[in-house]
Amino acid sequence: MGEISIKKQTKKYDAIIVGSGAGGGMAAYVLSKAGFKICLLEAGPMYDPAINSSQMKNPWESPRRGASTKFRPFGDFDGSFWGWNIDGEPYTKKDGTKWDWWRARMVGGRTNHWGRISLRFGPKDFKRRSIDGLGDDWPIAYEDIKPYYDKIDQLIGVFGTNEGLPNDPDGIFLPPPKPRLHELFIKKAATGIGIPVIPSRLSILTKQINKDRGACFFCAQCGRSCKIYGDFSSSSVLVKPALATGNVDLVTSAMVREVLTDKEGLATGVSYVNKEDLQEYEVSGSVVILAASTCESARLLLNSKSPQHPNGLANSSDVVGKYLHDSTGAGMGGVIPALFDRKRYNEDGVGGMHVYTPWWLDNKKLDFPRGYHIEYGGGFDMPLYGFNWGIEESNGKFKVNGKLKEAGGYGASLKEDNRFSFGASVGMAGRGEAVARADNYCEIDPDTVDKYGIPVLRFHVKHSDYEIKQAKHMKETFSEILHHMGAAITWGNDDGPQNNWGLDNPGNVIHEAGTVRMGDDPKTSALNKWSQAHECKNLFNVDGGQFVSQADKNITWTILALSMRASEHIIDEMKKQNLRS
Amino acid sequence: MDRRKSIKALMVGAVSTGILVEACKQEDKPAVAPKEVIAENVADRMPEEIAFNKKLEAEKFFNDAEMATITVLADIIIPKDAVSGSASDAKVSEFIEFIVKDQPEHQTPMRGGLRWLDLQSLKRFEKPFTGLGSGQQLEIVDDIAYPNKATPENKPGVSFFNLMRNLTMSGFYTSEIGVKDIGYIGNRPNQWNGVPDDVLKQYDLSYSEKELKECISFDKS
Repeated sequence: MGEISIKKQTKKYDAIIVGSGAGGGMAAYVLSKAGFKICLLEAGPMYDPAINSSQMKNPWESPRRGASTKFRPFGDFDGSFWGWNIDGEPYTKKDGTKWDWWRARMVGGRTNHWGRISLRFGPKDFKRRSIDGLGDDWPIAYEDIKPYYDKIDQLIGVFGTNEGLPNDPDGIFLPPPKPRLHELFIKKAATGIGIPVIPSRLSILTKQINKDRGACFFCAQCGRSCKIYGDFSSSSVLVKPALATGNVDLVTSAMVREVLTDKEGLATGVSYVNKEDLQEYEVSGSVVILAASTCESARLLLNSKSPQHPNGLANSSDVVGKYLHDSTGAGMGGVIPALFDRKRYNEDGVGGMHVYTPWWLDNKKLDFPRGYHIEYGGGFDMPLYGFNWGIEESNGKFKVNGKLKEAGGYGASLKEDNRFSFGASVGMAGRGEAVARADNYCEIDPDTVDKYGIPVLRFHVKHSDYEIKQAKHMKETFSEILHHMGAAITWGNDDGPQNNWGLDNPGNVIHEAGTVRMGDDPKTSALNKWSQAHECKNLFNVDGGQFVSQADKNITWTILALSMRASEHIIDEMKKQNLRS
Repeated sequence: MDRRKSIKALMVGAVSTGILVEACKQEDKPAVAPKEVIAENVADRMPEEIAFNKKLEAEKFFNDAEMATITVLADIIIPKDAVSGSASDAKVSEFIEFIVKDQPEHQTPMRGGLRWLDLQSLKRFEKPFTGLGSGQQLEIVDDIAYPNKATPENKPGVSFFNLMRNLTMSGFYTSEIGVKDIGYIGNRPNQWNGVPDDVLKQYDLSYSEKELKECISFDKS
């Protein structure tokens, strides 16, 4: 390595935004449209789905036929660069605890591959402590965020139906697609035992909403990101129009080290290393907005120590990194013998389920405090690596064209088995709310740095009985639904107390939140109700970090709404000159 | 960009944004991708991935004898039948060579399993597996292809054959021949209009009035 010097940019921006995913993309969109001069920093490369998506590739166009790699843990066609592990960027765990940490490094972040499940939090989700005495209430209520949900429904587009449910609010929806065949089986079975099944709420355009984005053409590949922008990715729907304003300088491959502060303790900008030239840079701005993801934003704050902020920036409360929690997850699946030997047709539909189950029970009558929703899968999926893997475990259990065969086998008989069972599978997964706790946290590992010399995160997260009992309830529910639809369960039914009822590792569901939480009391929260640091008024956090609790809902729609709300607040405060020293 | 044009651009199968942009701009000209774009087709890859794939492609894991055995076994597992071609028609052995380099945990079970098979062949018939007549080959395969009735001394062969069956199926059903055989007819622009009427009738199902009113419908003509 040659000499290192720090290159300081002379241009002073109105706002510096760290991260270009849902939170950062929305902040860049709102502020750039308002005329702010913005520096948008992204740790990965440029990514535009129109150019860089794997959409419409056939399985044989991947030498590994879509199998996963360390570069693409969700498969070779998936729209996320990197995932559980990044070369040269480790993280560690403490006391034998488990944590899986997904990091997408690319413009748009993980919104390029996410499930597009776009659920509003309900009124109860902001006031859980008042309901069950656990965790904390948010400093805002549903009424505070509803106008922003309404705006993003229309700006971004989401399909669904207004059902008038008390804690799954109605929205401004595009029409949903009709259920697929296995989804009709699920709906019939589940509703027959009192479990509601309603149209999904996904940010996919079943109708065109503006000239810049095409309408969905039903290839089921949202996970690869959409070349015609028919679904929501921050890269295509927020960053691209933000760049078009001419007000945004996008810097890719920029790994931010720390937030810089002045004598008064206010943020002045950030320092970063450019991953390509390995040079050190500093940029300055009037406002610094962190949207690097729940854990990366906490890492940045904890690594930003100064005489004014000796415990890390925005952290005299010592809450930064704490209250880390992910959605709970558990699944089960099987085959529906009635669907053997199905008539073939194009069943792709949108990328993801057409129906889902919102939480439907009253926790007062249950032995765990928070709810979960159920996501469904099945039908004719594109064959990829792992197709019918383990067929020797199943093909001896069902009659094929009227004949029971010896398990395993080969030849024309095996080809018959594969044709016979194609499209008959069904699966379901629960996604529930974990209770945020101070003793579930990430912190700076004092002994480890990444390849850029930046101290890394060390995790300490454990499930409590609340989450484990919830997983047990999920399993019992899934089993009941599958039995009522006449399915034979083939996976997910051998769990028990020995493995926490099949509960996924924390972090594995990739809905992590809570590390930079908001609140009215600066002693117990890092941010105020405007996503603004209590002790550094020109610093904001607009990703999942700010969440007090995460509901039984996927958090992206709320990240978007909170980021829009914070950005509009920044515009107002800048006009009033309230963010300067 | 209207739907018809954007889909037309996608159907070319190319990944250059220039092509999409051109398809949107130039209404009457068909979108055509330059050949080299189609051949390379790596705009969706990170540089790290391209380098990794090239490295794997440059390596060779199985020797020629092993590849010959894999080819014979794969064609026993997936032979040509009335519906579709064989594993070797779908180049399954080339896929297996690649995937064991990509997923090295398969290397020892595959190499050791192939050797186990040849030793069985030598013991029984004094020739390696590829030197046997098809009747003799099937005699050995029948001993390892049915996990529940295999004898304990053949269990190593069962494990190997399970892996070989699974890899062969992955290679075959993800090939153009295999996708056609299995009848997957998606991965193309479509308008999802619900389950076809005759299929609903077959399963005695129907859409509710609420669904028909609320869900998106497209003109079926």
